[in-house]
Amino acid sequence: MTTVQARENTSSPAEEEPHGAARAERLSALAQQHGALVTLMLVVAVASFGFDTFLTGDNLENMAVSSAFLAVVALGMTFVIVTGGIDLSVGSLFALGGVLAAWGSQYGTPVALLLPLAVCGLIGLVNGLLIARARLAPFIVTLAAMLAARGILLSITDEGSTTYLVDEKSFFARLGQDKLLGVGVPVWITVALFVLGAIVLRRSRFGQYVYAVGGNEDAAALMGAPVARTKIAVYTLSGLCAGLAGALNAAWLVSGVTILGTGMELEAISAVVIGGTLLTGGFGFISGSLVGVLLLKVIQNVINQIGSLDSAYQQVVSGSFLAVVVIAQTWLGRRRRML
Amino acid sequence: MTDLALRRAPADRERMLGLLQDYGVYAGVTVLILANIAFTPHFVSAENFRTQAVQVAPVLIVALGMALAIGSEGVDLSVGSVMALATSLVSLYLGYGPWIALIVAMLGGAAVGLASGSLIAHIGVQPIVATLALMVAVRGIALVMLPQLKDVRDPGMATLGSGDLLGIPYLVLIAAALALLVGFTVRRTTFGRQLLAIGDSRPAAQLAGLPVRRVLILVYICSGVLAAIAGVLATARLQASDPTSLGNLMELSAITAVVVGGTPLSGGRIRVGGTVAGAVLIQLLTATLIKHDLPPSWTQIAQAVVIVLAVYAARERGKR
Repeated sequence: MTTVQARENTSSPAEEEPHGAARAERLSALAQQHGALVTLMLVVAVASFGFDTFLTGDNLENMAVSSAFLAVVALGMTFVIVTGGIDLSVGSLFALGGVLAAWGSQYGTPVALLLPLAVCGLIGLVNGLLIARARLAPFIVTLAAMLAARGILLSITDEGSTTYLVDEKSFFARLGQDKLLGVGVPVWITVALFVLGAIVLRRSRFGQYVYAVGGNEDAAALMGAPVARTKIAVYTLSGLCAGLAGALNAAWLVSGVTILGTGMELEAISAVVIGGTLLTGGFGFISGSLVGVLLLKVIQNVINQIGSLDSAYQQVVSGSFLAVVVIAQTWLGRRRRML
Repeated sequence: MTDLALRRAPADRERMLGLLQDYGVYAGVTVLILANIAFTPHFVSAENFRTQAVQVAPVLIVALGMALAIGSEGVDLSVGSVMALATSLVSLYLGYGPWIALIVAMLGGAAVGLASGSLIAHIGVQPIVATLALMVAVRGIALVMLPQLKDVRDPGMATLGSGDLLGIPYLVLIAAALALLVGFTVRRTTFGRQLLAIGDSRPAAQLAGLPVRRVLILVYICSGVLAAIAGVLATARLQASDPTSLGNLMELSAITAVVVGGTPLSGGRIRVGGTVAGAVLIQLLTATLIKHDLPPSWTQIAQAVVIVLAVYAARERGKR
């Protein structure tokens, strides 16, 4: 979709432009940045005309809450991918975070929140140390962490047979289930985190280091950017986000479901990539990831609305969609380099 | 004097790590076998060896294809889904006879390989992402074709799954034959050398006039076909088609086998013998932990530690 849009833009007979190349480059960049948003609006428009049940309060609320958890995971993933890395452990960390939060909730809300953050953050830190200090390939380190975290989860739940429950009257459960101005608390938390994340990535020194490391690691090091520290920080951040998302999800479900999170790393990566962040690093934005998450969830919702189609079609659509987006991005990226 | 000593010490260390990377996997397998002979009751029996060998066969076949992808400085995450696609195709086409079903399944695998190879070679998408997209989509296609578990009742498939020749199961024979074939391809054919050259340095291979795109596409087609064969064999052994769970996490086991076997992730080098030993090592590790009543969660943690150690050894080598 992004490709088509770019083509229309570049061929449109607009007013004369002295710097044709610069203009084309700006349009490519524009397509890359806003292609997902335009697609999202199109899908929402089509869905609300096609299905009466789409634009109802209940359905929107459902989509918002179920997007919230994936969005928090995708937030951490965005930082990792902008440095040119990848984190495959987030699905397992999400599940582990949920189980730890549900177990910890018997000792009060602070424990329920801090325990998953501490453990998942620590695993993220180990990932970061192995990647930045020992210089191992990110995908293999986080693959190992994915196995290890799932293993830890199984060993604290009697091989997955124990499900810890959250007391429904506790403050922790209310954190997941209460509504504020008609919108679930997890949604508010997610929105707040995205605003914070966008400010950090765009405006802070750390954010600039993240872009620099992803753009060109050697150049960043020569420039004096703390390359290793930045990498360690983004993997720790990704672990923290996954753990927090898991904890919020446990509060919402009032239990620590052990089988959650498989395939979530793929969803999160897809969302980030669809949102316009380049997997080669150095380019990307937080808001795009949020759009990517919403787009994935809206498509899932539409497929559910069709009803006769099962989740298998959902996978076909998600996979093909990811392929199309990546092709479009590669094409746009090459165009920009050539111009 | 001190200077010399300083210079020699890292060289020795490097040589040790190189040896560890090249032969560590064989040492690991030997140690595990000896430990099992000493401490595990009923380990030394024809029955047990047969079970272990039959279980390792599909993983090994997938790992062979993965070794080719990794040798070309890529990776193929779609292998597990290709196994699921193969099992769906087999049960759909079994009516035309097992051979037709096998060929259709292999064609399916080749088509997936062609798709990921084209994305990687022609469009320039990173291997991780291209095969990730196919991993999601192909599992979906497999489930659309065959929404739920289905028993496979066919005398031909039953023979394939549990029959043997001179006491060696067909599954093991096929895996061994494919290992020899891949070993031969890597060492002795033009394709193998071009593949390693591309893995070593794609720009250099391009400048040298090698058919980079064609070779890369062929690599992923090989990986797809091998994964499809593994899927058919697993279907034959289980006597059932289960596209929901067949091949789940298979990409992990295959990558582990390849990496533990001493093939560097940076490409340009493929150790087929090491890959075989790597697959056996993981199988033995799992079997040992299970035999000693350790929970499956420990197996996962152990596998994670083994992966990291193997990559760490490979890293020191790569820096030389």
